[in-house]
Amino acid sequence: MKKILAAALFGCAMMAANAAFADPVKIGMITTLSGGGAGLGVDVRDGFMLALKQSGNKDVTVIIKDDAQKPELAVQIADEMIQSDKVQILTGIIWSNLAMAVVPNAVGQDIFYLSPNAGPSALAGAKCNKNYFNVAWQNDNLHEAMGSYASEAGYKKTFILAPNYPAGTDALTGFKRFYKGELAGELFTKIGQTDYAAEIAQIRASGADSVFFFLPGGMGIAFMKQYAQSGIKIPVMGPGFSFDQDVLGAIGDAAIGVKNSSQWSKDLDNAANKKFVESFQAEYGRLPSLYASQGFDTANLILSALAKAKVTDADAFRAALKAADFATVRGKFKFGNNNHPIQDIYVREVVKDAGTLTNKIIGVAFKDHQDAYASQCKM
Amino acid sequence: MTFALFAEQLLNGLQFGVTLFLMAAGLTLIFGVMGLINLAHGSLYMVGAFACAAVAAWTGSFWLGLVASLAAAAGAGALVELLVIRRLYDRDHLDQVLATFALILIFSEAMRWLFGPFPLYLDMPALLQGAIILPGGIEYPLYRLAIIVIGIAVAIGLHLLIARTRIGMRIRAGSSDREMIAALGVDIGKLYTIVFALGAALAGFAGALVGVNQSVQVGMGEPVLILAFVVIVIGGIGSLRGALIGALLVGVIDTMGRFLLPQAFMLVMEPSAAATTGASLASMLIYVVMALILAFRPRGLFAPA
Amino acid sequence: MTREFWINGVLALLLLAAPFIALAFGESFYVTLATRVAILALAAVGLNLALGLGGLVSFGHAAFFGIGGYAAGLLAAEGLASMPLIWLVGAVVAGLVALATGAVSLRTSGVYFIMITLAFAQMIYYFVISWPTLGGEDGLSLALRNEFPFVNTLKPLNFFLIAYGLLLLALFVFARLRASRFGAALEGARQNETRLASLGIEVFPVRLWAFVLSAMITSVAGALYADLNRFVSPSMLSWHMSGELIVIVLLGGVGRLFGPVAGAAVFVLLEFALGGLTERWQLFLGLILLGTVLFARGGLLALFAGKARHG
Repeated sequence: MKKILAAALFGCAMMAANAAFADPVKIGMITTLSGGGAGLGVDVRDGFMLALKQSGNKDVTVIIKDDAQKPELAVQIADEMIQSDKVQILTGIIWSNLAMAVVPNAVGQDIFYLSPNAGPSALAGAKCNKNYFNVAWQNDNLHEAMGSYASEAGYKKTFILAPNYPAGTDALTGFKRFYKGELAGELFTKIGQTDYAAEIAQIRASGADSVFFFLPGGMGIAFMKQYAQSGIKIPVMGPGFSFDQDVLGAIGDAAIGVKNSSQWSKDLDNAANKKFVESFQAEYGRLPSLYASQGFDTANLILSALAKAKVTDADAFRAALKAADFATVRGKFKFGNNNHPIQDIYVREVVKDAGTLTNKIIGVAFKDHQDAYASQCKM
Repeated sequence: MTFALFAEQLLNGLQFGVTLFLMAAGLTLIFGVMGLINLAHGSLYMVGAFACAAVAAWTGSFWLGLVASLAAAAGAGALVELLVIRRLYDRDHLDQVLATFALILIFSEAMRWLFGPFPLYLDMPALLQGAIILPGGIEYPLYRLAIIVIGIAVAIGLHLLIARTRIGMRIRAGSSDREMIAALGVDIGKLYTIVFALGAALAGFAGALVGVNQSVQVGMGEPVLILAFVVIVIGGIGSLRGALIGALLVGVIDTMGRFLLPQAFMLVMEPSAAATTGASLASMLIYVVMALILAFRPRGLFAPA
Repeated sequence: MTREFWINGVLALLLLAAPFIALAFGESFYVTLATRVAILALAAVGLNLALGLGGLVSFGHAAFFGIGGYAAGLLAAEGLASMPLIWLVGAVVAGLVALATGAVSLRTSGVYFIMITLAFAQMIYYFVISWPTLGGEDGLSLALRNEFPFVNTLKPLNFFLIAYGLLLLALFVFARLRASRFGAALEGARQNETRLASLGIEVFPVRLWAFVLSAMITSVAGALYADLNRFVSPSMLSWHMSGELIVIVLLGGVGRLFGPVAGAAVFVLLEFALGGLTERWQLFLGLILLGTVLFARGGLLALFAGKARHG
């Protein structure tokens, strides 16, 4: 009897879902699939497509194009997707500078944009938009978490460094916002720099008790390797970007023990996450990264909203997105007034688990953390 | 600022210069002998690093990886020379720029196809791990010292190769008078392939050595390629001695600029602003130096006659 | 009338007709694509002046392209949103920079010239990317497209026509210049410097002015490019951009009047079509470029219109 009831309920649910799914939906994904930053785009895409595949939803088509990390090309692709392919939803951009080039214009044309990675401060504050939803974090968040952690861990003299570009200065500002000690030094490195001998020598000479750095991609790998062999024993910390599954393998054992911050971790204890990590590994033969989790959440958020409202009914669809009524792999997730997440941010430690480098959660830096720009958003 | 820190930074500059020399030596050799401007030199550097990382991961031995990097880069170089470069010797520099620019695109995507989009792991051999204490109390990574020694050894080796051996004599003859050497009955096609493969091997070797310290990934050759061009232009294109001195100059100026400029601005500005302003100017410094040198010596410091 | 003349005419008409046909089919995106072709062609016409006529292989024209772009971004932020004013400011600044860098660079030749122009462009690139008020890597966004007297530039077709008009103007200047005494001196200097010197013509100032004019034309294209994308970023100044401009000139045919137009059209369409087919499009782009250099010397126009009469 129970079974029959369950089957009947399931059938009703399917019919209801079918009713809402009936309209075909087109999603445009602009992401980085070639060049040095391709790893991040590939992970976002794979996470996104995995969620779509699991949903079994046949009405959603995704058009994927490579932006080669060039802002001009991203703008051209966005124009093409909006004008020619007539997509209703855009997503996929990895880099803040590309997001700044594409997003304001796209949402101005009543297209929905869901960010699976970049969260520049302008889009969280004065330039926030009702059609722009950030499913990852505001750029400062993970750095703020590390600043808070550094204070709690009792560090008094932290040496901080980042590349000399907007996301880099934002990172250090974010760290300082929650860090109460004094700075042993503050350095901006050249973007794309690969040799950090000069910076490491300064760290050694500064008398610092800890080091915080934000060096995305290859820059961070190079820094960590060179730092490890310099013989300096001062503890290092950074945002999760520099210590996630995509780069840990390349850094090697030098990363073991490093504390980093993230809104997600492979070992987060909830059913959705367990299923995600398992199925991602089964599908692609590698562990998911932070970026893959963000792609996965983005797709599930879209699917949850599509189940409630048609994308053509913009107001209803927007409300359905804002409700964020989906099984997030982060355990819980809600949007603030500026459509940016209010979420927990964890402190993780890099460990070796059965021969593979990965992260495990060791604490919570923030509970229900909201970004610093939300008050500037008039929405 | 202590003396130890200053000395350590000088050593860092020296070490950076030596790695640039390994890149620049091949570039300047190829230009000197064949008159070819090769933008794809950075791609051969990448090939070396990938080969080293792959073989080291497979066999567990860094040294085998290093051998593989030489072999793979030389092999790729010889192949590219036979298929493409050979048709470019009698073209103008413009065609060479375009063709080798195309080669960069091809190499980058091919490597990504073969090895996937994620950076590869490459670690130094246990022998060279850790830091040692130098006289004066400077704690310095052993691996960086090793690079300095290897770089100087390669410079001496190249000098001997060119000054003392038969092939070196042919290379010298090739760069001063091409018709003459053909008249002497030397197979010039073979000579060119060998020189190109030698330059490629040097680049691949540099890629493997540097890959240990950095990130082995697609596109890793481009920043260092531009620096290597700055080096050979400052030194005088075609001159090995110029490449060595240019490389050390660029290495030391760049390192000291990054170190000293922000500190200098700190005297007149508040720390955050000084850090950004200093970093901005430091990143332009070597190009300013290059422009100054060329303004007074349009053919570099040691241009061959 | 030579065959090249007719081919040029067909090219000009095709580019003009493309957006109208696209609109007739309701495919407004192709108007944007055609505008992109026109703007990149304009930039390449500027480079072609130095590279094609003067034989000056500048590997740093992205600097001038970017200067035009940043003129648009900075002036628009100050509320000075008039296109002609922006073009003027961009062209004057680019011209002055070209005068200063050209005066140093033109003392060198051959590979040294290629590399020193690259070095100057890198210098400007690093300055822009790290100087805080210029927006760093994020660049500057333009809230609205800048204005042109009596024209609604927000309409894609109108903006295309502005870019197209400037392209024709630049082509006209290029053609007149090539036929002038100045152009003859410039081409003479490329072919045989000593002969020109023996005629009592000083080579240096001729080259310098050609370099300056070339930079000014490219900077106007940069300003338009900023308006097309509604933002400027340091990637406009990167050495890849310099490389792409050279590629465009070479694809079409060095020194030919319509070479940049043919080159820009083929380059943009290749990037667009290959990008839609495969994520490994850069590999195929590389192969096609390589094939062009090795087997289609003189560029596409040489395939259809025969070898250039001067060259």
